[in-house]
Amino acid sequence: MTTISLPIPKRPVHPTGVWSWITTVDHKRIGILYGVTAFIMFLTGGFEAMYIRAQLAQPGQDLVSPEVYNQLFTMHGTTMIFLAIMPMGAAFFNYIIPLQIGARDVAFPRLNAFSYWTFLAGALMLNLSWVLGGAPNAGWFGYAPLTSSVFNPGHGIDFWILSLQILGIASLAAAFNFVVTIINMRAPGMLLMRMPLFTWMTFITSLLLILAFPVITVALIQLLFDRQFETNFFVPAAGASPVLWQHLFWIFGHPEVYILILPAMGIVSEIIPTFSKKPMFGYPVVVLSGVIIAFMGWMVWSHHMFTVGLGPVANSVFALTTMAIAVPTGVKIFNWIATMWRGSIEFKTAMLFAVGFIWLFIIGGLSGVMHSSAASDAQQQDTYFVVAHLHYVLFGGSIMALLAGIYYWFPKITGRLMNETVGKINFWLVFIAMNITFFPMHFTGLNGMPRRIYTYDSDMGWDLWNAVSSAGAFMLGAGILLFLYNAITSARSGEVASADPWDGRTLEWSISSPPPEYNFEQIPIVQGRDPFWAQKYGGVAMVPVAGGSGEDAVHHSIHLPQPSYWPFVASIGIFIGSFGVLYINAASWIGVAVAGIGALITMIAIYAWSLEPVNDPDDGAAH
Amino acid sequence: MAEATAAIHGEHEETSTGLNNRKLLMWAFLGSDCMFFGTLIATYVVYQGKSIKGPYPIDVFSIPVTSVSTFVLLMSSMSMVLAYAALRRGNLSSFRIWIFSTAILGITFLGFQVFEFRDFVHEGLTPKTNLFGSTFFTLTGLHGAHVTLGVIWLLSLGFHSFKGGMTPDKHLEVDLAALYWHFVDVVWIIIFTVVYLFGVFPGIN
Repeated sequence: MTTISLPIPKRPVHPTGVWSWITTVDHKRIGILYGVTAFIMFLTGGFEAMYIRAQLAQPGQDLVSPEVYNQLFTMHGTTMIFLAIMPMGAAFFNYIIPLQIGARDVAFPRLNAFSYWTFLAGALMLNLSWVLGGAPNAGWFGYAPLTSSVFNPGHGIDFWILSLQILGIASLAAAFNFVVTIINMRAPGMLLMRMPLFTWMTFITSLLLILAFPVITVALIQLLFDRQFETNFFVPAAGASPVLWQHLFWIFGHPEVYILILPAMGIVSEIIPTFSKKPMFGYPVVVLSGVIIAFMGWMVWSHHMFTVGLGPVANSVFALTTMAIAVPTGVKIFNWIATMWRGSIEFKTAMLFAVGFIWLFIIGGLSGVMHSSAASDAQQQDTYFVVAHLHYVLFGGSIMALLAGIYYWFPKITGRLMNETVGKINFWLVFIAMNITFFPMHFTGLNGMPRRIYTYDSDMGWDLWNAVSSAGAFMLGAGILLFLYNAITSARSGEVASADPWDGRTLEWSISSPPPEYNFEQIPIVQGRDPFWAQKYGGVAMVPVAGGSGEDAVHHSIHLPQPSYWPFVASIGIFIGSFGVLYINAASWIGVAVAGIGALITMIAIYAWSLEPVNDPDDGAAH
Repeated sequence: MAEATAAIHGEHEETSTGLNNRKLLMWAFLGSDCMFFGTLIATYVVYQGKSIKGPYPIDVFSIPVTSVSTFVLLMSSMSMVLAYAALRRGNLSSFRIWIFSTAILGITFLGFQVFEFRDFVHEGLTPKTNLFGSTFFTLTGLHGAHVTLGVIWLLSLGFHSFKGGMTPDKHLEVDLAALYWHFVDVVWIIIFTVVYLFGVFPGIN
């Protein structure tokens, strides 16, 4: 307890270079780090998908062994959900939210850096399993007792458990940060019901994360204890319920579904009004339906378990709640359509992706409503029909919206526009390929093709549509590579973007592209919804907060949070410690020692962090 | 940034709601922790009476002993309040007395828990024995881990005061620790009721 006298190294001062990124607490830089990392993981998960589709292209192939196939689909699902879609959402939260609410940073800049580095640690941990004894192989939901050490020896599942725990820490830290930021850091006049819809959906998503992640944390602790310390949580021979894991997982897992889609809905709700030159139709209803989705998302989890045998009462109740939750989702779709109705629509690439999102999400939503009937679901459970559904909502929904968001905010982030011609080719390629890939899965699914089989006989009648799906998948891969090409070339030599290339409505378009480090020279005073639009066309000035000219603000009174080593160090401690836990039952004392060293590093970092002032007192004038 | 600096010094700060950022963060964390303990307690309740072999709760629990440790933990909440009040008055020596008392009461509670765990192991109940053992040790152990972190936090604040780190304007530092401490205390009341009292209640097992 004598850590008070810890020698605290000098604050890092690296304006450029690798260290400036490692020690950064700037929400914009962290957003870029999140985005780039998530896109790399997206490509990794996509590569796994290509492998799967190559194996299934024809009956009776043996490109991969059944064991590796199990690892491929598990890693594909886990990677896409936890390492691609969620952090890509986090990238937008980081970059865009402070700009939209008129803040200079998030509420806890160092905690924000900690979230990113911890996320990276989790991503590395999960993927290291490929080279350290085999990847996890029990599906992204890792049903126990299938994941217990009796049925699943080896370290794959341990890697899965620990990396999800690490990612949970990262997600929770980020969610706390964004809840506080959105509640407390809004510019004067930015009332809750004036917030941009992307900010609203981020707020709701963060609340869901805060409440949903602890459930999976506990389930993973129980599974970890079963595997490492021989407890009995998921041991049916000791009287344990084999359904407990499924309940805990889906109590987390269904809110998680909305964690994946709500940010996408927020992005689309920004893009459609902008390119329709109309305010969002029924703004309060869109907000409210988001809140209702988040609330009802807690009451539908057992629709993932209709075939478990919970009985007719439970199945009926969950069927009804599932049908009901389609209502607020449908409301949003009508709001988007009504926003476009009689607008002067401009089909820029971002808008194309956003409209594509609506189209594909409706298809995914409809097959979702089909699943909500428990009797019908019994036919569809664990078939490719479900694979079709979930890819329509996660690819057609989340990924399309995230790509739309990249096209939309790219000029704000890089200062250059993405190429529109390549962008339109990109959209049509992705949109068509997406349908070629996933639509036939409805047919193979209803023809009885089960999920997660590594191959099939040619007399099952699944040959044609599997071949079509695989062809589509490779087209889709090409589409994503085209996107990557467009992003890289545009970032280097694209057309230079103005501050407001789309004639935007929200505060982020009122500052230069890319924004200065301090975002706003003067904090604006918001007078209504769509404040920037009102300023441009309604003559409603965003009166800046009194206090000095812009010049003054830049040089004297803006105190940005300073860089810090400690978030990075704390994450390293977590990474090292988790490796210790991983090997506790294999090499007992080494595992314990390594876990202890990791915990110690994290502990020291947290002490140093809490004793380190946000700003050094001798940095510039007191404010 | 100015707001964040103000937060560090516990001064008045300008946020959209007037609530302090860190205090809001602590409430959000406690909301999350509610779900954490909620899930653990739910698992315990679901598996209550499902163990296929002993020892069972009624064989190992000693309500009088656990009542004493519960009383100790409850009293620590009171001394926590007194520590906070002392710091706000600017009475540093009184602050030290109460903050260290709180930590010592917490350590005493942990001592009881260690003693109890050892006792249970002697009676043949380990996390490996049956469902009761797995759920009981995981739930109370993770609660104990929360108490341990709290004790480290309280001791840090106490020692920090000798370095001149605790002044009345830093009351937020103690306020945050107190929120956490009271929460952990309330969770124990639920655990004591659901696990211990219901555990020896005839008809439940």
